[in-house]
Amino acid sequence: MDPHLTCAAERRFPGGMRVEARFRIPEPGFSVTVLFGPSGSGKTTALRLLAGLERPDAGHIACGGTVWADAGRGRHLPPQARNLGFLSQAYDLFPHLSLAANLAYGLGGLPAGARRDRVAELVALLGLDGLEDRQPAQLSGGQRQRAALGRALAPRPALLLLDEPLSALDRPTQLRLRRDLRDLLRRLDVPTVLVTHDRAEALQLGDRLVVMDGGRVCQEGPIQPVFDRPTDPAVARILGVETVVLGGVVEVSGGLATVAVGEARLQAPDPGSLGLRAYVCIRGEDVLVERGEPGPSTARNRLAARIVSLQPEGPLVRLTLDAGFPLESVVTRQACADLDLAEGEAVTALLKASAIHLIPHD
Amino acid sequence: MDWEALRLSLRLAALTTLALLALGLPLAYWLAFTRRRWKFLVEAVVGLPLVLPPTVLGFYLLVAMGSRSPLGKTWTALTGHPLAFSFEGLLAASILYSLPFTVQPFAAAFAAVDRGLIEASWCLGVSRVRTFLRVVVPLSWAGLLTGMVLSFAHTLGEFGVVLMVGGDLPGRTRTVSIAVFDQVQALDYAAAGRTALLLLGVSFTVLALVYGLRRAQRKPWTLI
Repeated sequence: MDPHLTCAAERRFPGGMRVEARFRIPEPGFSVTVLFGPSGSGKTTALRLLAGLERPDAGHIACGGTVWADAGRGRHLPPQARNLGFLSQAYDLFPHLSLAANLAYGLGGLPAGARRDRVAELVALLGLDGLEDRQPAQLSGGQRQRAALGRALAPRPALLLLDEPLSALDRPTQLRLRRDLRDLLRRLDVPTVLVTHDRAEALQLGDRLVVMDGGRVCQEGPIQPVFDRPTDPAVARILGVETVVLGGVVEVSGGLATVAVGEARLQAPDPGSLGLRAYVCIRGEDVLVERGEPGPSTARNRLAARIVSLQPEGPLVRLTLDAGFPLESVVTRQACADLDLAEGEAVTALLKASAIHLIPHD
Repeated sequence: MDWEALRLSLRLAALTTLALLALGLPLAYWLAFTRRRWKFLVEAVVGLPLVLPPTVLGFYLLVAMGSRSPLGKTWTALTGHPLAFSFEGLLAASILYSLPFTVQPFAAAFAAVDRGLIEASWCLGVSRVRTFLRVVVPLSWAGLLTGMVLSFAHTLGEFGVVLMVGGDLPGRTRTVSIAVFDQVQALDYAAAGRTALLLLGVSFTVLALVYGLRRAQRKPWTLI
């Protein structure tokens, strides 16, 4: 079966900048595809190509069996005909219209009664009760974000496009809305493409990852395989050098969370709003390796592991360990020689709880 | 007091403003949003009346409307009277002469509307024309009003082009600014003073009303 959305489009800008957006969404229904990369990597252009706000110079875009753009045949469906929801970084609420009028803006095709019902439904869904008559300038940042999201969702789009939907908010609001956003999108069962440069946001909100750099897609796929096996150094650099692995939340108490990853149990500070699962992020520099039985230590996490491979990197050696899940450790060449580490050896990996960073996911 | 001339002037200014509204909206929208490379040429043409002496513009219009020109011939064949030295000819000249006074404020107002709002509207399935009426116009009404008032006031006060194209025919092409000129030529300073004062009063009242309205209503207007 054809994927729900296929994007293989190229946009050339005057001055030589080129953006080649090549990725797909396999199935309709709820899933969040994250376009991830540093600023200037072409994420926003890719999103605008999907929206129909940019016209591809080459290639094609198809969604749900409809051709949206085909540069070869000069076909270009305008944004109006694509049945999508688009939320820009600035939210772009109409400043001269009330919140209710903003929500109703895209519902021109409905009779007045149905329009009112839909607006009331969205107001309740997004927790905007009592604010219907306010102008956008009288709303807080978080309220504006939800209002703009509601406006985009009102006509029941078949695809939702979000450009850095949380970046305009202060940090605490961002963290609170991240969880709400994923829950909301799941309930509405709408496929979503989300642009972000924030790795934690990508991990928390995404199902699939499309890594972009220098105007092209470097790698795409479900999040975990992309993090486990970056196809090239550029992807590894963009994703960061950490181990990232999905675990199940076992227990949260006293500010510490216990997360099960394979056989291992890891303790880490509770980031708040933990659900059933969380991504566990560990920097290689924070993983200590010992031989034999570990002595007394303040490290909360001791994992029996086996060395899978050693990769010298200048004065350092990158160890890939199997601790029931793949774990990377970076040690000095000297330490490696002193301990006589080799492939296949059994070791103990030590990790301070504070060195483990949890990102809630579902 | 030459009431006939004043009536003619007001009628000419009102019709010019209306015609420029119809012509200026699409032209200004195109100028504000097009990415065509030769846009600057169109801008230069629209701005010409600002720098050309009215006599030069009037001369070309006179030649274009003359009884031997294709336009003049067609007009005479259709209506039975020549275009030059008629009210219709005067109206056409006025429209051209006031074009930049309408189009430039319109285009500036449109360009100041956040492009993101327009795109948000398109993505919500709303057509370009309805987006224009529901988003662009309400957010740029102050500039639209300015453009209309400027073209009205400018037409009321124009002299050179009217003299060249319209001649000085009472009831047909003698506007109030020409009447002042005639009264001074006839050394009737008292009449000239009264007419001038009237024109001054009308112009000031119109401008004061508009600026007062803009001050009172800073909120955008909603048409639909």
